[in-house]
Amino acid sequence: MALEGKVWRYGDNIDTDVIIPARYLNTFDPQELAKHCMVDIDERFAKEVQPGDIMVGGRNFGCGSSREHAPVAIKASGIPVVIAASFARIFYRNGINIGLPLLEIGDDVQKIKAGDALSVDVATGVIKDLTTGDTFQAHPLPGFIQDIAKAGGLVEYVKQKA
Amino acid sequence: MGMNMSEKILAKHAGLSEVHPGQLITCDLDMVLANDITAPPSIAKFEEIGRPVFDPAKIALVPDHFQPAKDIKSAGLAKIVRDFAHKHHIVNYFEQGRVGIEHVILPEKGLVGPGMLTIGADSHTCTYGALNGFSTGVGSTDLGMAMATGKAWFKVPSAINVHLTGKKPADITGKDVILTLIGEIGVDGALYQSLEFTGEGVAELSMTDRLTIANMAIEAGAKNGIFPYDDVTEAYVKGRVQVPYEPVAADADAVYARTVSIDLSALTPVVAFPHLPGNTKPVKDIEEPIAIDQVVIGSCTNGRLEDLAIAANIFAGHSVHPRVRCIVIPGSQAIYKEAMHKGYIDTFIDAGCAVSTPTCGPCLGGYMGIMTAGEKCVSTTNRNFRGRMGHVDSEVYLAGPQTAAASAILGRIAVPEEVD
Repeated sequence: MALEGKVWRYGDNIDTDVIIPARYLNTFDPQELAKHCMVDIDERFAKEVQPGDIMVGGRNFGCGSSREHAPVAIKASGIPVVIAASFARIFYRNGINIGLPLLEIGDDVQKIKAGDALSVDVATGVIKDLTTGDTFQAHPLPGFIQDIAKAGGLVEYVKQKA
Repeated sequence: MGMNMSEKILAKHAGLSEVHPGQLITCDLDMVLANDITAPPSIAKFEEIGRPVFDPAKIALVPDHFQPAKDIKSAGLAKIVRDFAHKHHIVNYFEQGRVGIEHVILPEKGLVGPGMLTIGADSHTCTYGALNGFSTGVGSTDLGMAMATGKAWFKVPSAINVHLTGKKPADITGKDVILTLIGEIGVDGALYQSLEFTGEGVAELSMTDRLTIANMAIEAGAKNGIFPYDDVTEAYVKGRVQVPYEPVAADADAVYARTVSIDLSALTPVVAFPHLPGNTKPVKDIEEPIAIDQVVIGSCTNGRLEDLAIAANIFAGHSVHPRVRCIVIPGSQAIYKEAMHKGYIDTFIDAGCAVSTPTCGPCLGGYMGIMTAGEKCVSTTNRNFRGRMGHVDSEVYLAGPQTAAASAILGRIAVPEEVD
């Protein structure tokens, strides 16, 4: 099933400190974290994001701290999928583990602009930019990582295997 | 085909005779680590599984980030960790007064060592590669599951061979080596890859230098950074690591994705300008003086005794610039005490520094040195992202302890030779 949403567009090397600054890490409540998501680079985001909107970044998205609070804050903001040229590896793991799909599309990401309407099929990795008419194919998840994603995250996956 | 150091450790812990880059494997873990920010969500995930901990001796819980508690909510996080540690008889839980910065005390107390596989819910867990181990940062869900199962999944990384040559000049620290490397390959230059440090130059580096270098592997996007086992490693781990360990060496025909060479003799002190660790510049190339408001000397990157010795040596007979506040944070209680015995703490206080109990504090903008708009800090920490140490319009310049101390004295970014 395809997700449809409006793009919040960010650049290269978006670090987890700007996704959720450390001054808000004295809680791990997802809704509380969502209130401050992206605040240091985009005050509008937390105020105006709509459920179903899609976050799009450049290279090395989610670099820096291992704080899982970062993908949790994005997911709790109502974002169902993040697309980027590439992801930093801990953020990538964390996204899969908490059931936030992450799609890597390399330099094609430059064709997606802020405010574009996207249609995203997470299962096939097919991304359509409904504003421009472009279509992109994301790299597929490897091996049993697909199983973790299908289970909805690592906790469910471990439970199912037990 | 031969294997490199990381591949050997991963293969052994996966019960395989060999592994190759890109392969997905599940490994048994020797140590799992979390702190006061990452343990509480890990514990919540752990409790969803409903099993006992896999081994109470192989879990380390280190309340170092916002502790001693900076506010009521942080005290609540610490209580979750403390209660969990008591309930599950966690051997390596460290209360205030005994705690230090996680990546300083795990090596110091011999909880990590050669050939060992460690994950930690903290990105700087890669520090232990200095000891010839494989260690990497993960999130809280991975950590919670690892506390229950003792296992984690890995994609075997390809490796970059960082070939070190030449004699290290006396005024160069491990921090200058790693900042130079990140400046060269970029903050995603080693994305999903391993950094393996090789070559005759390794012998030039003290254990403190190696811990600093491995610590910042993540700042190049790397999964881990790892050093060979040599006399320096042996001298450090002997008598310290109490469990059996097996050092690893890369095979002569080990495969590397590429080689980056660094001639240590050609290095000069560098700083990383805001807002990325890869924005490096030699201090001597700074044309316009950069006035600063704060200096931080400490952290999991540079809070060890040798770092404090370097700084104290420069502060001796000098004072912190009147316009600057200099905060010194020893990385552990043992380091604090030894620094006191050696007179370093006297030197810092006489120079006008604030000296604190071990904490990550200012490094991540927690507390103990938060900046307001427009302020600039020279810091021996590891990240200079926007807003990292406070206000979004404050700036962090990353440097080694010698540059930080000289800058504190002169009130601008400077190297020790500028201090008379």
